[in-house]
This record gives sequence, C-alpha cells and structure tokens, in this order.
Amino acid sequence: MRKAYLDNISATALLPEIREAMMPYLGELFGNPSSLHDWGDVAREAVNAARSQVAGLIGASAGEIIFTGSGSESNNLAIKGLALAQQNKGKHILTSAIEHFSVLHSAKTLEKWGFELDSIPVDKYGLVDPDQVKKRIRKDTVLVSVMHANSEVGTIEPIAEIARVTREAGVILHTDAVATVGTIPVNVAELGVDALSLAGNQLYGPKGIAALWVRKGVRVIPLIDGGIQEDGRRAGTENVPAIVGMGKAAEMAAGSIPSRTKRIQKLRNCLLAQLPTVIENLLVTGHPRHRLPGNASFCVRFIEGEAMLMLLNSQGVAVTSGSACTSRALKASHVLIAMGISHEVAQGSILFSFGINNTPEDVDRVLEVLPLVVDRLRQMSPLYSKFIKEGKGGV
Amino acid sequence: MPIYSDKVMDHFMNPRNVGEIENPDGIGEVGNPICGDMMTFYIKVKDDRIDDVKFKTFGCGAAIAVSSMVTEMAKGKTLDEVMKFTPELVAGELGGLPKAKFHCSNLGAQALHKAIKNYRDKKKEKEAAST
Repeated sequence: MRKAYLDNISATALLPEIREAMMPYLGELFGNPSSLHDWGDVAREAVNAARSQVAGLIGASAGEIIFTGSGSESNNLAIKGLALAQQNKGKHILTSAIEHFSVLHSAKTLEKWGFELDSIPVDKYGLVDPDQVKKRIRKDTVLVSVMHANSEVGTIEPIAEIARVTREAGVILHTDAVATVGTIPVNVAELGVDALSLAGNQLYGPKGIAALWVRKGVRVIPLIDGGIQEDGRRAGTENVPAIVGMGKAAEMAAGSIPSRTKRIQKLRNCLLAQLPTVIENLLVTGHPRHRLPGNASFCVRFIEGEAMLMLLNSQGVAVTSGSACTSRALKASHVLIAMGISHEVAQGSILFSFGINNTPEDVDRVLEVLPLVVDRLRQMSPLYSKFIKEGKGGV
Repeated sequence: MPIYSDKVMDHFMNPRNVGEIENPDGIGEVGNPICGDMMTFYIKVKDDRIDDVKFKTFGCGAAIAVSSMVTEMAKGKTLDEVMKFTPELVAGELGGLPKAKFHCSNLGAQALHKAIKNYRDKKKEKEAAST
C-alpha cells in the first residue's frame, strides 16, 4: 500500500544531512561545552557555531539565542520569564485566544501567581486585529503574546502591525514562531518583536531542541536555575548533538525557504482546490490568503475527526484532527471554537500538513481515499440522516 | 502501541448492524455533539426479546465500536437481560477501552435502555388507549 504522511505539523522527517552532522557528537565528540579541556573546546565550538546558524536564520545575533528543550519550553520561558522580569512595572498580560497551550497554560500559571490575563479574540479566519490589541493594553500591561502563525488552521498573524502597537505602548511583544521559522521567511527586525520562540519541529531537524530569541537588553527570568549555561538563562548541560542538528537544520532552511515554499504550496493548493469538489458539506478553515504554505485544514460536516483519522490510517494516510475525541483532554480545538465554529462542526476537523517530502501522488491518494472514508462514516451518522431527511444544517 | 484493542478495531472497521429500522418498536437517542458522541438505536421486539437492532453513531472509533458490540450482545436477549447491560460489561466484551474514552464514548448500553424504555412506554400508552 502507498503511504502518505501528511502530518508534518506533528513531526518532520530528519534530513539525512542533519543526521550526519549530528553523528560525531553522539560518538567520539561527547565533551561537555563547559569543560576547559580539548573535549570541552570541541563541544563548545559546535554549540557556538549552531547558535550562529540559528541566529542567522532569523536575522538575530548569536548572543540573543537561548537553546531550550522544546517549543513548549521556549514559550514557558518567554511568558513566565518575561512577565516575572517586569512584575514591578505591572502584572497584566495579553495573549490571543488561539495560542498554543504552552502559552495559554503558562499564562494561567501566572494568573495563579497574581497576574491578570486578558484574551485577544480572533475573527472567523483566525486573524488577530491589531486594534483589538491596542484596546486591551493598559498602563500595567507588561507582555503581549501573539503567535506568528497558527499551525492548526494555518493563519498567519499581522505581527509587524501588532508590534507597532506594542512598541508605541512600550510593552514587550513575544511571538510563538514555531510554525513559521523554516517554513516562511522570518526576520526579527522586520517583525519588530522582542522575543520569539522557534523549534526544530518545522526545520526537519531533531526533536528535543528549540530556542527562544530574546532581544538584547530585554530581561528574562530563568525557569531552570543552576549553572551559567545559555548566559545564565537556562541551566543544564547542553544537548550538544541536538543543538548541532538544529544549527544544521537552520543553515539548510536559510537557503531553501523559497524553493520549499513553492513546492509545498503547489501540493497544498491542489488539495485545497480539489477536496471541496469531491466532498460535499466541507468547510475550509483558516484564512484564504494569509496562510502557511503547507496547511490544508477542513471541517467535514456530520462526522467525527478521530474516526476519519483512523480509517485514513488504515489506508496509509497520516493526518491529525482538532476534534474533541482526538484530544486527550476530550475538548474540541480551542482554535476552532475561538473562530466561532460550533462544537458539532469542530468535531469534523481534519488537518493535512505538507512537507518537503510530499509528492503529487500523496494528494491523489487523499482525493481517492477520503471521499470513501467520509461516505462510509456519513452512512453511519445520525446527523447525516437527519440532514438528508430535513435538508438542514449543511454548509 | 495502538490506543485501541484488536476487538475495538475489528468492530470499528467492520461495524455490525449499522442502519435504521423502518417502523421500529423503540428508538433511543443519547449524547450530544458538544461531548462528541451521539447514538441513535432502533429496536424490533418479539416475545419480549430483541428481535432486531440497528444503530447510527456520530463519534470516534470507540463510540462506533461500542455501538456495534452492544447490538451483537443484545440480539435475541430478553428486554430485562438487556436492561442489565452496563458500560463496564460492554467495555469488557471489547477487551477494554482507553480510560479517557470510557465515559464519553461508552453510551451503547444507555442508548439501548432508552430504546427499550421507549418501547415499553409506547406499549403502555397503547394498552391504556384500548381499555
């Protein structure tokens, strides 16, 4: 059976060149970057080189990069670390309603620690309106966090415009750019943000490595205390092989974003255009234009996402869903709900995310298999029989 | 490791007794789309036993497997026997369900109970009307 992996937001394939670059550091080059002998020197040089490579990808300086263990850790460090560093100035923070849980739950923790939170709404496409940010900024607001793009619906946020608002108000702006760095051009100066999270996730690099960029001069309180690794902002012996891998991944991405985008977008556009012609009552979620190149997200009416995902998997097609049944918390995607989509429709969420290893055959496979899967589940669905009988509730 | 047992996968991939019954003796509807799962069960009753049962389910793999399994368990049983079905019993027959799925998706027994209650209510009404 032909397999089609269309879940690149969950994990990307490690590129062979990146694995090769990492291998010596899983072997004879095992030194600790803090050590003052030859073994240490080699490891330290490797980490420094990777830091420059990662900084280069986003137009930053190497000293502004803090390596962390995951995108979630980067977001935790940003939200908690930046807010705590400024708590004498104020205790009010703003996040958009569609942030990743590592941002939203970090903010919830701050609330327990005495901070006040406000949520910035999104429109039906998942877009944040910079005026809505402006309206919510108070004298005691110390941090705003809006993601660069939402990986679930693909919507790219107007970060540069939001940055104009926060800069005018003198408030720190963090953006979670895990979904965008390596996928579309990201430049910290052009975005105008003060802190930015990125991960190996979308870079075809290893797992367990990510980074937080913090503009020089902006203070961040560390979450992990100990040694003075990462300039005292994140203690713990560096994960040298993974850091080297992320550096290599950043270097490879830097030169190839336009060609990657072109290739991925072509496949994605094909699916976005054709799927609605073979499946009725299909809602495209996310913004029609301001959208990640690899994202094709839908809600299929009258059926549920996990069942779709499992039947697709039995046909060798790997996807993900934002349905309540798919999530461990058994809650419908907060992103879809924030966009005003009903719980019932959100249950039919299905997300295809393309990467550089996908081919036109993968799109064909989806177009061949998904209509059969949908039909099969609709034949079982009481909501569909009701729709057929009453002709109501379609999109 | 897959999250579902082989038995669950079998009933999900090849569900038994999917559909509707024309002029059913009882209908039972449970769940709501906010929780994620909705089930409609149709029964035909003969000599106080489940003569035929069909279902339609909107929900995840577990919800579909539970629906299918419970229809197989119910066929030919007396109504009183089926009224004793519990979610634990159905989950046991399926070789277990993931913890998170136990409450939200395991509504098959409840749906059947509702269908039987619907049948019994209708029967009572008929008897009352004829006396």
